[in-house]
Amino acid sequence: MQQNRIRWTDLLANTHAITGATALCLALAMPAQPLAEPRSHHDTLRLRNWQAPATLNPYLSAGAKNVEAASLVLEPLARTDPDGELVPWLARSIPTRENGGIATDGTAITWRLRDGLTWSDSTPVTAADLRFTWEYCMAEGAGCAQAMKFDGVSRIDTPDAQTVTLHFDAPRPMPYQAFVGPQSPVLQKAQFADCLGPKAQTCSTQNSAPIGTGPFVVTEFQPGNIAEFTANPAYRTPGQPGFDRVILQGGGKAAGAARAVLQTGEADFAANLQLPPEVLDSMQEAGTGRLLTAFGPLLERLVFNLTDPDPALGPERSTTAHPHPILSDPHVRAALMLALDRRALVDLGYGPAGRVTCALIPAPARFAPPHPKDCADQDLPRARALLDQAGWRDTDGDGLRDKDGRPLRLGFQTSVNPVRQDFQVVIQDWWRQIGVETELRAIDAGIFFGSDPANPDTFQKFNTDVQMFASAFAGTDPGNFLAGWRCENIPSPETDWQGANIARACDPAFDALSARLAETADPDARAQFVQQMSRHLIDSHALVPLVHRGRVAAAANGLEGPHLNPWGSPYWNIAEWRRAP
Amino acid sequence: MSFRPSPALWALGLMVLGLLAAPPLWTADATAPDLTLRNLDASFAHPLGTDRLGRDRLARLLLGGRISVLTGLAGMALTVLLGTGIGGLAGMSRRLDPWLMRLTDLCLALPMLPMMLLVVMLFRAPLTAALGQTVGTFVLITTVIGLTSWMQCARLIRAEVLRLSGTEFTRAAHAMGVPPWQVAIRHILPNAMAPLVTSATLAMAGAMIAESTLSFLGLGFPPGTPSLGSLLHEALPYLGTDPARAVPPGTLFALIVLIVTWAGEDMRHRYAPKT
Amino acid sequence: MAPRPLIRLARRGLSLGLSLLAIALAIFGLLSLAPGDPLARMPLTLPPEVRAAMREAMGLDAPWPTRLALWLRQALIVEPLVLCDTLFGTSWAEDAPRLISWHSRTPVMGLIADRLPQTLRLMGLSYALGLACALPLGLWQAHRHRSAADHATTALTMTAYALPPFVVALLLIWVFSITLGWLPSGYDNSLRITDAASLGTEIRQLILPVAVLALQITAQLTRHLRASAIEVLDTDHIRTARAKGLGPRALLTGHVLRHAMIPVVTIVALGLPQIVGGAIITEQIFAINGIGHLLISSIHAGDLPVVQTITLLVAVLVVLANLLADATYRWLDPRLTG
Repeated sequence: MQQNRIRWTDLLANTHAITGATALCLALAMPAQPLAEPRSHHDTLRLRNWQAPATLNPYLSAGAKNVEAASLVLEPLARTDPDGELVPWLARSIPTRENGGIATDGTAITWRLRDGLTWSDSTPVTAADLRFTWEYCMAEGAGCAQAMKFDGVSRIDTPDAQTVTLHFDAPRPMPYQAFVGPQSPVLQKAQFADCLGPKAQTCSTQNSAPIGTGPFVVTEFQPGNIAEFTANPAYRTPGQPGFDRVILQGGGKAAGAARAVLQTGEADFAANLQLPPEVLDSMQEAGTGRLLTAFGPLLERLVFNLTDPDPALGPERSTTAHPHPILSDPHVRAALMLALDRRALVDLGYGPAGRVTCALIPAPARFAPPHPKDCADQDLPRARALLDQAGWRDTDGDGLRDKDGRPLRLGFQTSVNPVRQDFQVVIQDWWRQIGVETELRAIDAGIFFGSDPANPDTFQKFNTDVQMFASAFAGTDPGNFLAGWRCENIPSPETDWQGANIARACDPAFDALSARLAETADPDARAQFVQQMSRHLIDSHALVPLVHRGRVAAAANGLEGPHLNPWGSPYWNIAEWRRAP
Repeated sequence: MSFRPSPALWALGLMVLGLLAAPPLWTADATAPDLTLRNLDASFAHPLGTDRLGRDRLARLLLGGRISVLTGLAGMALTVLLGTGIGGLAGMSRRLDPWLMRLTDLCLALPMLPMMLLVVMLFRAPLTAALGQTVGTFVLITTVIGLTSWMQCARLIRAEVLRLSGTEFTRAAHAMGVPPWQVAIRHILPNAMAPLVTSATLAMAGAMIAESTLSFLGLGFPPGTPSLGSLLHEALPYLGTDPARAVPPGTLFALIVLIVTWAGEDMRHRYAPKT
Repeated sequence: MAPRPLIRLARRGLSLGLSLLAIALAIFGLLSLAPGDPLARMPLTLPPEVRAAMREAMGLDAPWPTRLALWLRQALIVEPLVLCDTLFGTSWAEDAPRLISWHSRTPVMGLIADRLPQTLRLMGLSYALGLACALPLGLWQAHRHRSAADHATTALTMTAYALPPFVVALLLIWVFSITLGWLPSGYDNSLRITDAASLGTEIRQLILPVAVLALQITAQLTRHLRASAIEVLDTDHIRTARAKGLGPRALLTGHVLRHAMIPVVTIVALGLPQIVGGAIITEQIFAINGIGHLLISSIHAGDLPVVQTITLLVAVLVVLANLLADATYRWLDPRLTG
């Protein structure tokens, strides 16, 4: 080989094949996008969310990411401000009994639009649009995700172009459901006229670029990826919005979104951050941005099964026909609760994004009954004493309590989620210290929260002893939410396993309170009833509040205006945001 | 040709045994949480510190290595079983050969990672419900790996079986009236050990990589079970603030994969140079 | 009597069609066993009647033969017609039911078309870089066969081949993005190339993902290229050419390269599924909104139409690549034609 001193660099000089192949690859690689014309230097607001919106029509999908993204464009008649008070938005004022907006018998509510309100295409907003929105959602085959917002509305009158009257089929003490909040904004009749019924699903042009009254207008939307907006030229408040262009980008990991705001400065605002507390704390130290938290009604809870989930019972498992052999005893439930250190759980999983609470309705504040300061403390000796008293002792010395030959063994399931799995491990260890053995299971969220009646692992079926999940209610009034705990709302084979009373708790006293709440309009009286009802449930230990979970967002230091609102979209006041000078 | 273990294969064997035998040597608890010891730095008692639930990191790392290796071995076993079965059958039976080869080509044409992701997402729930979290995932991952990796092994075995079927001693056995399955087991299989071990070692590397890729994407072992892939998955959110968390599992994993691949490639060069 | 190449082509076409049909059936069969519920991500406050109405609107409750027939018709007939319409301005697919994503209620092909350029760009650049590195490397190794340098390079290649893409990606992110801060660790999908500065940013954010994939490709190709080049260098006609006094440059580029390229084409085609897998992981780690990222997020969301279509598309791509490899193989090796 020596005489053939081939220099491998010679190869590169005369390689048709290589250049051909490379050219082919580069041809594929060059993007098809043309070079855009240069932009003038107007300010762009860069928003990040770890989940990108899939559609911009909140009536088709109730997912928070879609509702929030749509709130830049579509607006309702009224919104709830961060303090839980209703503020008029497209409406002139909030209708009440005092100002005659609500009929004295509670069967009708009248809203009046502001003067001079126009859509972003400069056509006027009229009562016809409001009426149309109701028809759009109630149409047969539409699959409207916000249908419950119009629950009980029997007809809508439009006395003039600025006024609508909603008539209910029965007196409603709390009529502020329809057109309140980002979940039920007003749609333009002219745009969506051809999208009634089953066509609602396929009107992708309208769903991707709805015309609204909001501060921004959709210019480009790639579902699941990115949405771009420009300022609405016809916006009603001069000088607003404070940005010419908004880019809402999603996808990727929550850590990436947080990092973009708090460390690298690539983005201005990142909503819905769910990160380990140590990560959030250390990111904030970089000093490029600040963390915002707001606490709404979201409560992470432990729920006990008051019925027997034994598979040997066949079709009667987890039904009220058979009470739970272990958890029917309230002392056992109290003991299990006392073994938990809820402060440690909050520190472990949520840090600044969580609070300790003993209330079922932790927010708004008027609904939370006062609890003693130590209500969430861990008390292992008392837990053990309670179990001893209840007759559960370790008779065979294996570290596990038993009674009448039955070991104190529980099944504990929740959805797949790193924080929840951590909680499970820690709770299992605490319960082991009081002589209770726990078997852990984590079920894919798509199945756990799915409502497939054929699947044995849904949380409504409750085919185990203990479950953990978070729940909240829409709006600021928990009346309907608490009604979910009535005896009639227990999931069973008769109801196709639908129902919100997961613990299968049944108490006539509670039901009576709920019935009275439904008839009460006075806010203070309502607050009293709610407090009584939630106290009732907490004291029975059918469920244990674990963490009052807040919403966390990150904002760049130069961004003024973001004020996190737990009752609505994080962008509820985006028209007022501006860059600090 | 005779089969002699190479230095690479010895290294592999030592490593596997070492990881499997680790528990008696380092007795810290890898599973019980202790909230008083959260997020500690490295110390004598905890050479790699503790994690966010207060568990010893070194113990979890060793446990993770064990789990990954076991999954690799199980996946390899299934792959080799399927591959040898199908490849051997194809090599021995002239009638079934074209159909089995078409099946192999079809399966090779399927994109592996998307199919794996699909199967895991679909079947994880029922399997974990029936068999429990860890065992269910273990069975699922092993089956998925076996079902998606048997093709290369089948090809190798088929080639070797075809070659061996044409040799003198096989023909003689046929002539003497020995039934075909006995020929397969007594004569062909022992001589096909070389490509068998080669494809087994490569299958093990592939199985370990597949398992940790799935765990890394959050679709493999549940977050509580510390396989090396899921330890890397846990270290992801901390990459910007505490990157050292990813170093021990990443290094151990890279080391294991390198040794396994080295052993496999070494085998391939020695005993099956044409493939 | 029809000419032989035509018969061969027809036979290949038929087996190709059957393979695709089998793949489509396998994918559908697998996915119809899905136990998840796409509505599970919706808030718990959704009442059951609303859920039922949404399920019906999405077509979730139809029996499986109906759904299969509808999917096959949409994927294999309607969507190609829509493509013809967009390209040629015809209107063959007017009003035909299109494949709609459950999650975003927009046509699946629209979602794929939005993201295909990113994936093609990533894979194209990676293949370009990988080929450009592998060819000289493999040939040089063959030339320096059995030297110390050769062994060292083989060890390096094997290491690169053995390490899975996510480990390599994490390593590169740690070194270049976090420690040195030279390159970004995430990909900004909204970047528009308007001037030299933004082009520079685009190149900078592509370096790490392309490096990860290109490393895989280079390792894959170098091994095989080296082996086949060694084989070719040993053949009679090369020895003859050398004996005749043919210069080294002409030798390598004229003879060796052409013959060594033959298996490379096959290797590229056969290695494509693995590289596609690597691209999926790379897109996930760097948050590049390509097809792979869409696949994974659709799996998490339970969006069956998108998952079905992407998996079918990738399978089609792989089958086409094999076909192309087969055709090029015959062209490159004159011994096989005729």
